[in-house]
Amino acid sequence: MWAYAARRILYAVPIAIGVTVVCFCLVFLAPGDPIQMLLPPDASQADLEYLKKLYGFDQPIPVQYVKWLMRAIGGDLGVSLQTSRPVLDEVSRALSNTVIISLGAVMLAFSLGFALGTTAAYFVGRPIDRVVTGVSVVGVSVPNYWLGIVLIIIFAVNLGLLPATGMGSQGSDHFRLSNWSQLKYAILPVITMSMVPLGIIMRNTRSAVAEVLAHDFVQTLRAKGLGELAVLRHAVRNALPQILAVMGLQFGYLVGGSILIETIFTWPGTGFLLSKAILTRDIPVLQGAILILALCFVATNLAVDLVQTAVDPRIKRA
Amino acid sequence: MADIMVGAGFQGTDEATAALKVRGYWQTVGYRLRYDYVTLFFTGMIVLIALGSIFAPLLAPFDPLKTSMAYRLKPIGFRQFLLGTDELGRDMLSRLIWGGRMSLLMGLTPVALATVLGGTLGVVAGFVGGRLNMLIMRTMDVFYAFPSVLLAVAVSGTMGGGMSNGLIALTLVFIPPLCRIAETATAQVRNLDFVEAARASGAGTGSIIRHHILGNVLAPVLIYASSLISVSILLAAGLSFLGLGVEPPTPDWGLMLSTLRQAIYVEPYVCALPGVAIFITSLSFNLVSDGLRQAMDVRV
Repeated sequence: MWAYAARRILYAVPIAIGVTVVCFCLVFLAPGDPIQMLLPPDASQADLEYLKKLYGFDQPIPVQYVKWLMRAIGGDLGVSLQTSRPVLDEVSRALSNTVIISLGAVMLAFSLGFALGTTAAYFVGRPIDRVVTGVSVVGVSVPNYWLGIVLIIIFAVNLGLLPATGMGSQGSDHFRLSNWSQLKYAILPVITMSMVPLGIIMRNTRSAVAEVLAHDFVQTLRAKGLGELAVLRHAVRNALPQILAVMGLQFGYLVGGSILIETIFTWPGTGFLLSKAILTRDIPVLQGAILILALCFVATNLAVDLVQTAVDPRIKRA
Repeated sequence: MADIMVGAGFQGTDEATAALKVRGYWQTVGYRLRYDYVTLFFTGMIVLIALGSIFAPLLAPFDPLKTSMAYRLKPIGFRQFLLGTDELGRDMLSRLIWGGRMSLLMGLTPVALATVLGGTLGVVAGFVGGRLNMLIMRTMDVFYAFPSVLLAVAVSGTMGGGMSNGLIALTLVFIPPLCRIAETATAQVRNLDFVEAARASGAGTGSIIRHHILGNVLAPVLIYASSLISVSILLAAGLSFLGLGVEPPTPDWGLMLSTLRQAIYVEPYVCALPGVAIFITSLSFNLVSDGLRQAMDVRV
């Protein structure tokens, strides 16, 4: 197992390097001179020359990349054109807010999805199975940015129970989930965000548990007189590592893909930061946020793989 | 796959052939689909949506771009406006019908492009193997390392929005998974006996790929591609919602949802309509894709 872990970690390194290359190249996708993208529009010619030297734009692109990478590793991702704050600060502050709702969403999706998926697998082909399968298709088909608006219409506009947008008067620095006056701001984003992972976890749980239930050993369990609940417990234990892996991957997708939901709820996370940066053409923030989110995704995938190997004794990867 | 038909070369009387006749692959698929009412119903939905989009100029009761200050944000069923009006007084029903064009275009084009490009890359990687495989597949791995929404936003966001940039971004998102599927399917059959036999009898690479590989790769690739259409529609509308796709005043469901968002306190039901259209379309494509997958019995 350790050999596998070491190889898996080694394998992630070229991927991570590839990700940095893609993020570096993003600047060249932007229309216009990349140096102009890094400067406010009213910058003087002297500033331009200075920055050109500083960033090494007069040098060949591979050299530029290595320099950029070295600075990025040192934590220097440039400065936001809008706020003049370091990009790393902006992104890391926003990241914690995104993690809060993503974690909430994935936990909600897992508990509901696992319970319903197992029920469906136990009653394969019966009405309850059809209902669960239907719900899971709806979960992955529904445009969650629309669902967010609908939930706002119902719970904020019509019923007035929950706040529509934002994070509350305390702001993100003092956000505490234990405090209802703050927690209530997170409820609608979490529910909206949980729809896609809910559908996917349900579907995966259903097929995984149903597959285990079809094994011969299940018949043996019944033959030796085990109750149905105990039989189901065996099946669930067999399917669980696989579902946990799905859950981990979904968490990675949520953190990286939070832009639509955060835009709707004006939740000050990385997605909201990204959409602001797109509107204001703040390329340094755009590049930095994408780099950090993609690296988080690589790290999540790696962690999921390693944890799964550690947890599931059946996986003996040479 | 279609040529695995038992009895195809059987010489005999008509009755004997009839008795021995076994359904071919595509016939079996058709037979299974005929009794799959859910798939049939949602195929009908897709046909309706497509017809509505194609004949939008004939069907739409009003000009989708004609604004009217007097009739802004009217409720559903207000006088001649069956589904109300939007924030600029344009008829919602007409805009929804016209909007289907953009949404279908933005949903189908990237998947079609990515199927051709990713499929070709995957077959080449799987068939040639070696260094070329390493090069192609490791490059794909890098793009896999981005969550799909993030990659789409990253590319179209830096390129500066617009419909063509959105299409490029979405195509780029779908190439890696399709490439991977095609590569796996190709590598699975590449070393099988019938390919060996074809090569031994003097078939060139091109004709081996065309006659022996493609038939085995096409089904899983097409099934997977069909499941991506729904994702593509959701993502494309999402990009428009963020202001990165279709530009106003062109009617597009994602864009309409985004501009109407300001009006949820005035006319909540009208504001929710474009999302309903997106939802129904994406749901239909998802269910039809599921039905096809079951009928074709392909595991992706």
